[in-house]
Amino acid sequence: MRAQNSQRKKLIKLIKLAKTKQNKNLNNTLKFAFKKTIPILFGYLFIGIAFGLMLQKAGYHWIWAFICSFVIYAGSLQYVLVVLLISGATLISSFVLALIVDGRQIFYGISLIDKFKGFKKLKPYMIFSLTDETYSVLCSLKVPEEMDEKKVMFFISAMNQSYWIIGSVVGAILGDLICFNSMGIDFAMTALFIVILIEYLQEGKNQLPALLGICSAVIFLCILEPSSFILPSLLTSSIILVLFRKQIEQRAGEE
Amino acid sequence: MSGTIGIVASVLIIGVVALANIITRAFPFVLLGRRKKIHPIVSYLGKYLPPAIIATLVIFCLKDVTFTTGTHGIPELICVSVVAGLHLWKKNILLSIGTGTILYMVLIQQVFI
Repeated sequence: MRAQNSQRKKLIKLIKLAKTKQNKNLNNTLKFAFKKTIPILFGYLFIGIAFGLMLQKAGYHWIWAFICSFVIYAGSLQYVLVVLLISGATLISSFVLALIVDGRQIFYGISLIDKFKGFKKLKPYMIFSLTDETYSVLCSLKVPEEMDEKKVMFFISAMNQSYWIIGSVVGAILGDLICFNSMGIDFAMTALFIVILIEYLQEGKNQLPALLGICSAVIFLCILEPSSFILPSLLTSSIILVLFRKQIEQRAGEE
Repeated sequence: MSGTIGIVASVLIIGVVALANIITRAFPFVLLGRRKKIHPIVSYLGKYLPPAIIATLVIFCLKDVTFTTGTHGIPELICVSVVAGLHLWKKNILLSIGTGTILYMVLIQQVFI
């Protein structure tokens, strides 16, 4: 009887130990994911606040800001949305305009089809929450071996959206009261892309695609309007990448 | 408070915009993701499109900079160089982004008015 009891105690101890280890692992995963989202935290909070403020000025209760950021969750598109709401645009023109503003996003999924396999129930959320910033972080993500990559990716996506929602609600509730001059803080997003671009440029195999992206974007920006250059630019980059597949893969193979 | 166009019209516009947004995000997954085996061209593009897309996004963020009027794009030019230089030197993401952003805010709020 006594032997049984001590055995049981040992077992309980072991289970407890395993649980704390699991918790520690989860904590580490959360910390790792949070660290990756810090630049986005600042960007999203303030761009979100600006959106909330705009919506509130258009005569909407903060609950609308919450709903928009919850179901749409797209930076520039939500600014366009405020204009659509103020002007009472038709549904068709709202739909078409949204497709145009967001068109660049159709290129994002191509790189993540493989990475999102095996997400099962969370996959629709991962696809839904794929903003420019989340995409750039997920694509360049390198997860330590002891961590579950899928968990890290999900945490990053969910944290990013929560910053966006918090920002827009805060903006709608007390936008006018924030006296801190935040003009220019959205440069954090530009800086995030620059940093990721530099990291790509330092890997030999990614140099040509990155340079191609820059050249094509600059050329199309010069010949088209700032509001419409991105789709043709991305399409051209994709076509040129496919045409020069042999050369680019060869270069990657040489490393 | 539900704007000037009323609750129903607002909900409809938000719904339509949300739908369009989800369509653009889900498009490649619906079109290409259903097959068991991914076509080699797609997995090739998946590998090499990200650097091209990120490069395009950098230009996208700077698209409204004008070199002939206003601040002549000087604050942007300075801060892009600072972020890039700092990152090449220290390789610390938060340091590069933090310094660049604070510098940009100071420049456009205090220096180039």
